[in-house]
Amino acid sequence: MIPANFEYHRAGSVDEALSLLDQPDVYAKVLSGGHSLIPALKLRLNQPGALVDIARIAELRYIRQDGNSIAIGSTSTHKDIANSALLAQHIAMLPEAAGLIGDPQVRNVGTIGGSIAHADPAADWPGVLLAADAEIVLRSKAGSRTLAAQDFFLGFYSTALQEGEIVTEIRVPIPAAGTKSTYQKFMQPASRFAIVGCAAVVQVSDGTCSMVRVAFNGVADACFRDVNVENALIGKAATAENIAAAAAQAAQGVSILSDHYAAEDYRKHLAVVYAKRALTVVAG
Amino acid sequence: MSVKISVSINGKKYTSEVEPRQLLVYHLREALALTGSHVGCDTSSCGACTVLVDGQAVKSCTTLAAQVDGCNVITVEGLAKNGNLHPIQEGFKEEHGLQCGFCTPGMIMAAADLLQNNPDPSETEIRHALEGNFCRCTGYHNIVRSIQWAANKLKETNAAVL
Repeated sequence: MIPANFEYHRAGSVDEALSLLDQPDVYAKVLSGGHSLIPALKLRLNQPGALVDIARIAELRYIRQDGNSIAIGSTSTHKDIANSALLAQHIAMLPEAAGLIGDPQVRNVGTIGGSIAHADPAADWPGVLLAADAEIVLRSKAGSRTLAAQDFFLGFYSTALQEGEIVTEIRVPIPAAGTKSTYQKFMQPASRFAIVGCAAVVQVSDGTCSMVRVAFNGVADACFRDVNVENALIGKAATAENIAAAAAQAAQGVSILSDHYAAEDYRKHLAVVYAKRALTVVAG
Repeated sequence: MSVKISVSINGKKYTSEVEPRQLLVYHLREALALTGSHVGCDTSSCGACTVLVDGQAVKSCTTLAAQVDGCNVITVEGLAKNGNLHPIQEGFKEEHGLQCGFCTPGMIMAAADLLQNNPDPSETEIRHALEGNFCRCTGYHNIVRSIQWAANKLKETNAAVL
């Protein structure tokens, strides 16, 4: 499969990339690892006039502590994140999820910024970033803005990213002591995309779940925070019975995907199972 | 419009004009006649097109030739030295690691990435490292044994993978 033709530009800095994106009458797309975009180009689902390659912009590839957050440069690869000791120490769900993405070849090249800009409903980062209460930093020629992950992911392959904007950073708040996080997924065996992926972050204080955030990938046409599960567990004792009762609330009131891998009722069942598994890891 | 790329492939410098949409695997196979890297699924699932770019395993069907400008690419053709098979290739021969052989170049390049980072992998680690490579003859057991054979050979001879 051969993409339609386009111009190719490699940017050496964010400023240069923003200038290259800002061409009148040319629909330009940002290319990073290309593992979401190139398959879409090959299927001709997307036919940009130009690609602006940001993969080698050194200022965008880092994972570092910045105050009470960990700042992840947008061209950090899944492998960079999987291997990050800093993230493993503070919010283990991120390296755990990174290590479950695709396969080694995909993790060597694919980037977190590219994945969230694409916002595939079955991708792993969107739900993980929702549960992490992360912020997404976007830059354009007009300046920079920071959105909560909740306000960034808008729906099916849809984000708040505007034309001429680049995802530059993902900011993950360092959770309070005693908080645990995990990502559990049932994956499509060939593509390894999530059929159901459940991210859970729970703080247990004196045996009670004082803070609970749960989000799903793959279940609906976009990632979502599952407030029904969260509300069912907040303030409750961290017991197997309470976890099971909270997990039973999973994926209520959302329009559930159905395809030849998993029909709607099976996906809903899996959402309950994976919510229970994830909550058991962090609160059991 | 074309772009000029300069790439080291198996130690040899190639300078080419490519269309921006040219995928690395087709550049290797059609422009440079390096047909060892195979096009299997063409959707970055099967791994038959795996090559090393700056030492890391990459699916060349999902990489633009333009993206590897200035990089160091190693394909399966670059492994044998002076007519001697690379230990990973030797392992596939000794342990019957191939049946039809279509997936073999990708399996070998994925194994090269693994053994560079983990010279003494467990069976489980080898199986995880091959998650991006399909063998439709389903000969996985012998592929794992082939990589174990190569790891032992590299250890005994104290040789670097590349």
